[in-house]
Amino acid sequence: MEALQPYWLSLILLTPLAGVLLLLLLPQEPHERLRRVALGASLLTFALSLPLPFYFDLATPGMQFEAATRWIAVPGFVANYHVGLDGLSLFLTLLTTFLTPLAVLSSWPITHRVKWFFISLLVLETGLLGVFLALDLFLFFVFWEVMLVPMYFIIGIWGHERRVYAAIKFIIYTMAGSALMLVAILWLRQLAGTFELLEISRQLQAGLLRLSAGQEMWLFLAFFLAFAIKIPLFPFHTWLPDAHVEAPTAGSVILAGVLLKMGAYGLLRFCLPLFPNATREFTPWIAALALISIIYGALVSLVQPDGKKLVAYSSVSHMGFVVLGILALNVVGMEGAILQMVNHGVSTGGLFLLVGMLYDRRHTHLIREFGGLATPLPVLSSFFLFVVLSSLGLPLLNNFVGEFLVLVGVFRVNPWQAAVAALGIVLCAWYLLWMVQRVVFGQITNENNRTLPDASRRERAILVAVAVAILWLGIASPLFTRRMEATARHILNQMNPPAVELATQAPAPPRPSQ
Amino acid sequence: MSFSLSSLLFVLPEIVLSLFGVAVMVAEPFVRPGRKQQLGVLALAGTVASLAAIVFQFELVRRGAPVAAFGGTVLMDSFSLFLHFLVTLVTVLAILASFRYLDREQIHRGEYYALLLFGTVGMGLMVGSGELVLIFLGLEISSISTYILAGFRRTALRSNEAALKYFLLGSFATAFFLFGIALLFGATGTTILTEIRSALAGAQANAALTWMGIAFLFVGLAFKVATAPFQVWTPDVYEGAPAPVTAFLSVGPKAAAMAAFLRIFLTALAPAAGKWFWLIWVSAVLTMFMGNLAALVQTNIKRMLAYSSIAHAGYILIAFAAGTEYGVAAVLFYLVVYALMKLGAFTVVAHVSGPGEERLNIRDYAGLAAREPLVAGCFAVFLFSLIGVPLTGGFLGKFYIFQAAIAEGSPWLLWLVVLGAINTAISIYYYLRVVIAMYFREPSAEIEVAPVPSSVAFVLTLTALGTIYLGLASPVLIRAAAAAQALR
Repeated sequence: MEALQPYWLSLILLTPLAGVLLLLLLPQEPHERLRRVALGASLLTFALSLPLPFYFDLATPGMQFEAATRWIAVPGFVANYHVGLDGLSLFLTLLTTFLTPLAVLSSWPITHRVKWFFISLLVLETGLLGVFLALDLFLFFVFWEVMLVPMYFIIGIWGHERRVYAAIKFIIYTMAGSALMLVAILWLRQLAGTFELLEISRQLQAGLLRLSAGQEMWLFLAFFLAFAIKIPLFPFHTWLPDAHVEAPTAGSVILAGVLLKMGAYGLLRFCLPLFPNATREFTPWIAALALISIIYGALVSLVQPDGKKLVAYSSVSHMGFVVLGILALNVVGMEGAILQMVNHGVSTGGLFLLVGMLYDRRHTHLIREFGGLATPLPVLSSFFLFVVLSSLGLPLLNNFVGEFLVLVGVFRVNPWQAAVAALGIVLCAWYLLWMVQRVVFGQITNENNRTLPDASRRERAILVAVAVAILWLGIASPLFTRRMEATARHILNQMNPPAVELATQAPAPPRPSQ
Repeated sequence: MSFSLSSLLFVLPEIVLSLFGVAVMVAEPFVRPGRKQQLGVLALAGTVASLAAIVFQFELVRRGAPVAAFGGTVLMDSFSLFLHFLVTLVTVLAILASFRYLDREQIHRGEYYALLLFGTVGMGLMVGSGELVLIFLGLEISSISTYILAGFRRTALRSNEAALKYFLLGSFATAFFLFGIALLFGATGTTILTEIRSALAGAQANAALTWMGIAFLFVGLAFKVATAPFQVWTPDVYEGAPAPVTAFLSVGPKAAAMAAFLRIFLTALAPAAGKWFWLIWVSAVLTMFMGNLAALVQTNIKRMLAYSSIAHAGYILIAFAAGTEYGVAAVLFYLVVYALMKLGAFTVVAHVSGPGEERLNIRDYAGLAAREPLVAGCFAVFLFSLIGVPLTGGFLGKFYIFQAAIAEGSPWLLWLVVLGAINTAISIYYYLRVVIAMYFREPSAEIEVAPVPSSVAFVLTLTALGTIYLGLASPVLIRAAAAAQALR
């Protein structure tokens, strides 16, 4: 294993592409073989990523499993293939490799251009993994943009009725958001002389690179805009309900489960450590947006007649928590935020999978079309309730830990914010339980529902995997938080000059001028 | 001025092309009507021979041969060779893309190929000359060939309109160019680029004459590369010209004119950079916005791609405005990328439009992915590259341009890059409309599938693979960087 370390991450990145290559060589029929190949490739990727946390060194705050090689080199423009992993990207990587096989499994009902669907899905997986693993800004941007293309096709070709509108809205929002980030990356490159993230951080820490207040502000805003759209924060969220609802199940799972995390990941990886002063300056405003997202997302969820839209808006609310936890700018809040990113991925991914299974049976997302499903579908209904309970933060299940840590972190900084955020949790319980009540319990109101088949073996496999993840994340949360701690501390240290590191209680002083 | 036989080596590619062009003309009456493709093959052989000649020249230079002949009027520097190779390659692809099209439109004549070859001679002289009058001659040779080519569908009204419009406006623009040469000659007493530079640097030149000369040269060249506010002819001409000619027109002459533009402004007029920086800056902004905003509302695919060509000239001007060696390298790399993706895109249009170029509406592309997966796939690659999605040449090219501008360090260039990024965001919409039609929509009416001719399939595959290759690897980038060093 030691000898393998430098190639490990690259292997994980390349495995889905190997699947793509194999799929390209296979004929369009039979579908079963294409599905199995896609599942095999994604499972293999998951298997390869599974040992990562065991070989992960808890004490190292920096990058591990690093690999770097020259990619493009012309005078004045050097870009490297440089990947690495820390406590932040570790779990997002695992989340991606965990959710992709489930997304593949959930796509069995797809019969239209099956080959290209799975090719898109696997390319998407590599793109997402690349975003989390890239340590070179050029490489990061390449992955960041290129993963939009397969997602665009997944929504546009295999989506529901309004798919074309949703696909174009999705790609224009997210690409337009990152256009200015590209300029910011180039500007940063001009100032620091390199695309290497670690080198830029080092220069900032050592005082070799000093950004003026204006430069820092504009750079921060350019990055932040791209991330805020991805997260999405309140005024930038309008692409999300369309994209999530119109995407096929697999697309929704990946969108909600992984894609939204790219924004929060970007905040933690770039905005905080590279532009600490600007971050502090804008914290109240962003926190306000996060609070609005929490309450607004919850209120809109409350009145949704469409189950999938309800889950989509609940994502806006949940991601507000993540942002709030990040902006607490303390270790507890940050750990909570990272954990909550994973939790949200698993739970909301699970909800989308369940909504998708109901859709496969009835071809509708409307809540009023269902009711009393517990009788014909006992297994599916039990899992539905279980995932809902996890999503609303029942103790012992995953979201409880994350939300609790976020609230603790936020409370230390600003009790009022914590109080408003807690209100979001109450609302969350309200709209989710109300949905369960209308879908699962009560009398069967629609005769079509009486004869629905219960979960198949394939669906049970998906649901058991989700349930195990939920339980494990809930009970064994220290296994996760311990691996995040060094990274969270490291990010916060980068925001504070080392000299005042010991006096943790003191408010953050301005940069020392040596 | 001394003349030796070895000086002829400097114009070897032009000699080869001219000989083959004449051979095509002479052979034309002897080839029976259904067999005109043989003339195309002959022309193709000529271009390939010319490519070989360029490689030979490259080898000569590498071994230390002098780079200037005929008293500095003809140059064989790396800049010239790079662009020679590019424009000749464009002609190779354009000839291949034309074979079936000409049969389909029943305009298969030898003159078509001869004109392409003569046009290439003109472009070669433009990119490889260090003297204004010869650049002008090259410009005229290539322009006159393309005027005729634009009207090659004699019976189609639009084609006639295109030719006439192009001819009238084009002659007007070349007159401006010529007048600019005269004024600069008046100011500096020479037409050799390097001597103009020394004269301008020495400050003995008449400032008013210099100013006017620069402005007139700018007008002439801006017309040829279709940058605002001299871009108005582009959509009409591109729409009316036969599609393979549009492919050629939007790429070859544009690249050659851009090369001449760069060489004149960065070599001869470099001391006056303060005078023309704002011309380029303003023109870049106008060009990008006019191109992209107008493209948003087009329903005709040829016009949409024409406006997109204008927009791309605007991106190129960003690096031009930087005016550094780095900027020149970025322009050269972008020209290669642009040539491949645009040529590919217009080849798709030529194929899909069908007999008489009936199907030019974006709606006609509905369901193309199901009908013709290869054509749709290649077109998607070109469109994503035109947007600038990573892993395509379009991205790396744009990235390189932006970086070149930012590396110059001026805040005005940073703003130019921000505007360029905003324009990229605008452009996403209209390029993706075509992708939506091809992949997300069902065909509106039953359209019979014409099998993709092998020559078209070859051109598409080559350009699509080339577009992707340019996004992944850097050898062409290195060549571009080396070629840029020649302009000092």
